[in-house]
Amino acid sequence: MKFHLIGVNHKTAPVEVREQLAVPESRLREALERLMAQPGIEEGLILSTCNRVELLARTRNGSDDLRAFLHEYSRLPPSELEPHLYHHRELEAVRHLFRVASSLDSMVVGEAQVLGQVKDAYATAREVGAVHSHLDLLLTRAFAVAKRVRRETAIGSSAVSVASVAVELAKKIFGSLHGKHVYLVGAGKMSELAARHLLAQGAASIFVANRTYERATQLAARFNGQAIHFDQLYDTCDRADIVITSTGAPVAIFRREHGERFLKARKNRPMFFIDIAVPRDVDPEMNRLDGIFVYDIDDLQQAVSSNVADRRKEAERAEAIISREVERFQARLQARDVAPTIVSLQDHLENIRRAELDRVRGRLGPLSPEQASAVDALTRGIVSKIMHSPVNTLKSAARDSEAMAVIEVVRRLFNLQDPSPDEPGESD
Amino acid sequence: MPVLWLRVALGCYGVGLLYALVAITRSSSDLLSRIALHAAYLGMVFHLVSLAEAMKLSGQVTLTSVHNIESVLAFLIMVVFMIAYLAYKTTSPGIVVFPVVFLLTFVAATGQQPFLFMSPGMRTGWLLAHIGLILTGYAALILSFGASLIYLLQERTLKSKKPAGILSRLPALEVIDQIGLRSLLLGFPFMTLGLIAGTVVAQITFGRIDFLDPKILLSVLMWAVYLVLVYTRWTAGWRGRRAAYLAAGAFLAAVVAWSANYFSTIHRFVQS
Repeated sequence: MKFHLIGVNHKTAPVEVREQLAVPESRLREALERLMAQPGIEEGLILSTCNRVELLARTRNGSDDLRAFLHEYSRLPPSELEPHLYHHRELEAVRHLFRVASSLDSMVVGEAQVLGQVKDAYATAREVGAVHSHLDLLLTRAFAVAKRVRRETAIGSSAVSVASVAVELAKKIFGSLHGKHVYLVGAGKMSELAARHLLAQGAASIFVANRTYERATQLAARFNGQAIHFDQLYDTCDRADIVITSTGAPVAIFRREHGERFLKARKNRPMFFIDIAVPRDVDPEMNRLDGIFVYDIDDLQQAVSSNVADRRKEAERAEAIISREVERFQARLQARDVAPTIVSLQDHLENIRRAELDRVRGRLGPLSPEQASAVDALTRGIVSKIMHSPVNTLKSAARDSEAMAVIEVVRRLFNLQDPSPDEPGESD
Repeated sequence: MPVLWLRVALGCYGVGLLYALVAITRSSSDLLSRIALHAAYLGMVFHLVSLAEAMKLSGQVTLTSVHNIESVLAFLIMVVFMIAYLAYKTTSPGIVVFPVVFLLTFVAATGQQPFLFMSPGMRTGWLLAHIGLILTGYAALILSFGASLIYLLQERTLKSKKPAGILSRLPALEVIDQIGLRSLLLGFPFMTLGLIAGTVVAQITFGRIDFLDPKILLSVLMWAVYLVLVYTRWTAGWRGRRAAYLAAGAFLAAVVAWSANYFSTIHRFVQS
């Protein structure tokens, strides 16, 4: 197989190191070409995201080429790079790739983005011609495994950030967010993020009210929304289905009586208050009103952590799936490697037979057709007797885990060339 | 034979009932709801066969036996449930619908003695219209009641702030609300026209309408509750707890009006 994977990720390396190694998309082709220019590399792939930089390759001389490339590319001295690097060989590299693609190795386990990133990395490597045969097989398998993990476990199903939990809750209340209005009270990073999520899910419009009207107009402009003077807050708030508050007010600005007023104006259509201010902007009493749902930052955080715990449980099931898939992949690779080995063994011995026959032909003098065919049959018989045992051993090895070792021994004993995996059977 | 088919249908609805029980006690699985749905389809087919055969056996109109009427009502409820499913892709109302349907079908399938309507001289057209319309109204009301119960469940889940809780597979609050409101609005004209048809039948049969008869009194009361329900929903947008109480009230009134058949002097089933 000769798969090697080296790299750094968010667990092993601080961002200062990762950014030194990161390969921006614009330079990915060039980097791949440089990687392929290393002497022993047959196939290669570079995965560079904000959380990881990994090189996956099939190489003749271990990970040396990969390391050499990294040092050369990053200009980091080995002493600084080495402690952060991990190196996976053969099946461990396969497993690692499966885990990455299935988002088990991600900072937020189960996030869906990484699969797309792996796919992009693969597409670019294919275009450059850095990936064919073995890595092709491996990557295609990795995508199938990631899909299977997503289908058979609930690893990606629950929201694990405050903003996405807020969106999920809003959907539980309103169904679709299309045509819903969002009201931002107070301007803050987190409320802005939540608003962005809601808009991405189809929310119709955004109102912004802030103590300083200036700031409200700025923020509203960014969302194509409408700025509202703070003193008109209570008169306009009933227009909103979702209210996100994050003011620095020392006491609650929304109290029960406001809620009652809003509900009356809205004919009891439900309202969702997302209160991310500390101290809280919305009196918890509001949550007692039928049709008003108030979630403060702790409630959201709690939902996040319970979802995170759920994901961890699902991750265990995903690991089991991946273990089985690694074994299946190994079996496939072995079956794939055994056949060409047998073919090249046959070719090798046949070549020897022909060469020897040609060599002694002259000394034998003219032969009658019967004699010629007898000599031919004799030599063929010897060759096939010799072949019998190694071929059988290879065939049975294809079914167990020693196949690689057996193939390696056979190749060395008979001094066989590596099969060209693209066209098995045409080696030599 | 009709009873046999009805019992097969009952078996299918039993699967739905199982789904309803499991869905209440813990998080409903997709698989179970799919199974329940298919069982319900199958049950409806057998049910239809049973109704058609019953109709063929007795010549023409067989809505004269109380068990047949229960059977028709159960079927109509399933039809309304399926319409809601096709429109909103949720089986959650089944939590309420399946037990009701199962109970009605059970009574219809195991009831031994068929009660028959008195006053055979009635104009069957009006009677048929009366029964059909009223039953459709009932079916819509039951679905609406079911939806308001689920609304309460979902509201409580959201208020409890444990969204990962058992009922998280319930449809969104506004979707449930839509199901409840639409079936309520759909049912109201049926109920109203059904009652009008009923008065026409009474006029033709008795020449007058006895408003003090318990059946008529209760029917009018039920209709009034229904009206209040529609009105408050329409104007004040009542939903959640208050709507559920009202729907429960209307449902109760409907059950009482139904049972009035057994002690009304003019509107009753008699032993044949």
